[in-house]
Amino acid sequence: MAARVERELAQRTRFHNQARNWLANPVHLIGIAALLFLAYTIVWPVLKIMYTTFIWRQQDVRLTGEANPGHFTLYHWDRVLASDMSMNLFYKPILNSLGVGFAVSALSMLIGCGLAWLVVRTNIPWKKTISFLVVIPYLLPSWIISQAWLTFFKNGKIGGTPGILEALVHVSPPDWLSYGFVPIVVSLSIHDSVFFFLIVGAALSSMNSQLEEAANVSGAKRMTILRRIVFPLVIPSILSGFILIFTKAISSYGVPALLGTPVNFYMISTMLYSSMRSRLTTEANVLSLTLMIISILTIYLNQKVIGRRRSFVTVTGKDSARTLTSLGRWRYLAASATTIGMIIISVVPLLVLLIQSFMLKEGNYSLSNLTMHYWWGGSNPDINTGEKGVLQNPIFMLALKNSLKIAGIASIIAAVIGLILGYVVARGRQTWLGRAVDQVSFLPYLIPGISLAAIYISMFAKPTFIIPALYGTVTLLILITVVKELPFTVKAGSASMMQIGKELEEVAQISGASWFTRFRRILLPLNRKSLVSAFLLVFIGAMKEMELIIMLITPRTETLTTITFYYAEKGYEQLTNVILMIIIAIVITVYFLAVKFGKADLTQGIGGQ
Amino acid sequence: MNAIELQGIRVALDGKQVLQDIDLTIKQGDFMTFLGPSGCGKTTLLRTIAGLQHADAGTITISGREVANGEKRFHMEPSARRLSLVFQSYALWPHMTVFENVAFGLQVRKLAKADIRRSVEAALDKMRIAELVARYPSELSGGQQQRVAIARAIVTEPDILLLDEPLSNLDAKLRVEMRAELKRLHQELNTTVIYVTHDQHEAMTLSTQVAVFFGGRVVQLDKPRELYKHPKTLQVAEFIGNGGMQMNQLEGVIRAGGGVWGSHRLETPIAVMPLAEGDGVNEGLEEGQEVVLTIRPEDIKLYETNQAGSLGVSVSAVFPSGAETLVQLDAGGWQLMARVIGETEYEPGDTLFAVLREQQMNVYDKKTGFLMELSYATTNNQLGESSHEDRLSYSR
Ligand SMILES: Nc1ncnc2c1ncn2[C@@H]1O[C@H](COP(=O)(O)OP(=O)(O)OP(=O)(O)O)[C@@H](O)[C@H]1O
Ligand SMILES: [Mg+2]
Repeated sequence: MAARVERELAQRTRFHNQARNWLANPVHLIGIAALLFLAYTIVWPVLKIMYTTFIWRQQDVRLTGEANPGHFTLYHWDRVLASDMSMNLFYKPILNSLGVGFAVSALSMLIGCGLAWLVVRTNIPWKKTISFLVVIPYLLPSWIISQAWLTFFKNGKIGGTPGILEALVHVSPPDWLSYGFVPIVVSLSIHDSVFFFLIVGAALSSMNSQLEEAANVSGAKRMTILRRIVFPLVIPSILSGFILIFTKAISSYGVPALLGTPVNFYMISTMLYSSMRSRLTTEANVLSLTLMIISILTIYLNQKVIGRRRSFVTVTGKDSARTLTSLGRWRYLAASATTIGMIIISVVPLLVLLIQSFMLKEGNYSLSNLTMHYWWGGSNPDINTGEKGVLQNPIFMLALKNSLKIAGIASIIAAVIGLILGYVVARGRQTWLGRAVDQVSFLPYLIPGISLAAIYISMFAKPTFIIPALYGTVTLLILITVVKELPFTVKAGSASMMQIGKELEEVAQISGASWFTRFRRILLPLNRKSLVSAFLLVFIGAMKEMELIIMLITPRTETLTTITFYYAEKGYEQLTNVILMIIIAIVITVYFLAVKFGKADLTQGIGGQ
Repeated sequence: MNAIELQGIRVALDGKQVLQDIDLTIKQGDFMTFLGPSGCGKTTLLRTIAGLQHADAGTITISGREVANGEKRFHMEPSARRLSLVFQSYALWPHMTVFENVAFGLQVRKLAKADIRRSVEAALDKMRIAELVARYPSELSGGQQQRVAIARAIVTEPDILLLDEPLSNLDAKLRVEMRAELKRLHQELNTTVIYVTHDQHEAMTLSTQVAVFFGGRVVQLDKPRELYKHPKTLQVAEFIGNGGMQMNQLEGVIRAGGGVWGSHRLETPIAVMPLAEGDGVNEGLEEGQEVVLTIRPEDIKLYETNQAGSLGVSVSAVFPSGAETLVQLDAGGWQLMARVIGETEYEPGDTLFAVLREQQMNVYDKKTGFLMELSYATTNNQLGESSHEDRLSYSR
């Protein structure tokens, strides 16, 4: 009897101690906290939105007599997929989305890989200049390029003054050139090819020595080297670039909204937005889910194709390539052509938009037409129905404040959370917890921004538990930005943490430093570069963010991008351009500060995935 | 008092049993060395003692206080164990200066700034690197980094200092220098030191106790001299012998009594040795039992004239190295190495007479590898100078 009691007691101490040890490990505590956070901000919303698509809503009673609020139904799916409105609501948009997605990925691959090859593997001169020019479009919101496109190729269809092309040659460009598929693909490709450039460039530069060694040691033929070494190394990064751009393209909103809507060219994302606006919430949810399914399928296919080896492009210092392909006498020609091409793509549109912001009347290219009205003019009922010059306009000041607040706070939080979760992923690699955090933090990648926003509207419209109704606050915009950027920041954080030996932390642990002290005094400084890079990545992303927040914006939470977009839709071109210039100035300033003082490297966040 | 007691420590990593039933007692002030080949679990045990690794079974007691109990899953924080660990990789924080590195542990304890400065300076002085205080680790040589790592470990005045192969990244000269330094430090600080190495010389010269590890077990725990003279298993003997000590090995067989010998005997290719008869000696021997016999070079005496019990050998090579000379001998096709103090005039081809000092020979069962307790029938010669036995302590 006594023995049994003793045994039970021992069992209990054992259990008690075991639990205490488990909790004493910071990886576990943070991991659990992280999982709870991710479950609430990502997993739960997705499940909830899935649930709503299978349930009758109160409003449905007005549509059909069968409706039985609160009960299971396939009505919404049926309505989206197999009703008389399906063609316009679903099939056309999805075909358009897939078409745009593939076309953009293919075109950016061509541009990005070509440029990466030129810069990394050939002896082309002016590499620095070219690299910088390639990055510029990335620093701008993608729909600025659409805006510039319209400036050149607009025809009379939506009224207003015609574009530069028509002004010069007096022929109205056809609709397919002005709006729809072609300009959407071109705008998105120009913006996104930088991802290919960075990812593939990193893969190419990391394999120089291996290539050389293989060639020297085995005397292998050029083709064999290409087949055995170059492709296996580059294919994973090309594929992950492809997926990154594909998922980005099918969920992009700004570009198709500007260029597609005038000719009724809808993509799932724009259709989703207009369904939300016309209160077809559940149908919008179904569309969100289809977008997610497409993203998940692409990732799944990618995993199938490249098997388990994902592209682990470790960005080592830009080691000078020794086996450069010589371009011979084409060297300078190639460099000039590339540079001029990149200037036409990246710099000219900016200049045009800048000049336009000083033009009182669009399309009038005389000196007397120049004005500062749109920058700091007062209200004039004849111009833009009395909208004031930007710097005089209180809405602008509000938006500027909001934008800086969102971008600044979200990027700091996202970078720090990314580092902390990266710590859990790196240190917990062997445990289920570490793997779970790794996988779940990747989920937002699969959820198109516009779908996530749609989810968040319903989720944070009313207060739940201890969380107040966040809808209509800047906090919600910060939260969604942080969540959406998690896949990148966690990836950057874990890659950087993996390079820091466990022992550096253990020494501190033995001397009695708490986890917080260890993080603050050892891990944080050692990961500074990656932290600043993640910060920069999120800051730029947030400054130009559009699809993610457009649905969540209320008059009090306007940001620079959303008022710009509002102006653009209204046709207030000069005002649009003024604010664009300000956004660009902020982004480029922060970019240079981060690169100069923080040694930031954009490839760290992008190249990892 | 015992500084550390380990009982039945077992640790598995990734489902692989790395430490199996380690029992070990380390006395206050000991310089204990964990010696063993790579991958035998030395680092794992050190980490277990430090508290960085949880034991699956067994208990650890430090200064009479239980700090870990595998059965109860009890596990005391590393910081509460009053010990310091110097990693093989040094693990200096690259973003901190030498001062900041060493001061960290004191800052964590929230000591006054002036006290911290004084302690850090004292520790750096002790390691003779006071002038490096403002440098960053990347600006230091390997030996200097080593000293900083040790200074960081001793600045908190731990009861126990754990050192994981601290010298393995240094070049030969520095290693000898640091060895002396560590010995001095041990005497000065009077702390208990656990020192991990796979270098036999280091183990022999530094320690008061050596624990030899193989495959996650302690195979032998002894004073260095005992370990050197009587390795418990053939494996240990070979491991100890590998470190440039040229252990001679001969294979032999036990033959049962009878014939001219009248008793059990040990037959080797170069000699036959009769074994003593009587109660309690040489029991359990079997006819045809295969054995391995080891003898160290300094236990082979060379004479120019025939001696009782000697065997004729011819010199095949001579390796003078100043204070001593190694003579390679050919005994009926078997190569033996003998060590002679000072210089010799032996030439290759000379014929000499060798006497193997039986008392210094170790005989192992070839199958089990365990040391056998043999005593020999006749004390055929006891000419060997006893001074040889202490040579270890002054020759290295
Ligand atoms: N994290 C781990 N997971 C699984 N096995 C491990 C791990 N760490 C070590 N091992 C294994 O445990 C055994 C003991 O490792 P340990 O590092 O303690 O050896 P060691 O004696 O210190 O060797 P060395 O002299 O090379 O430092 C090795 O066989 C090793 O492969
Ligand atoms: Mg080790």
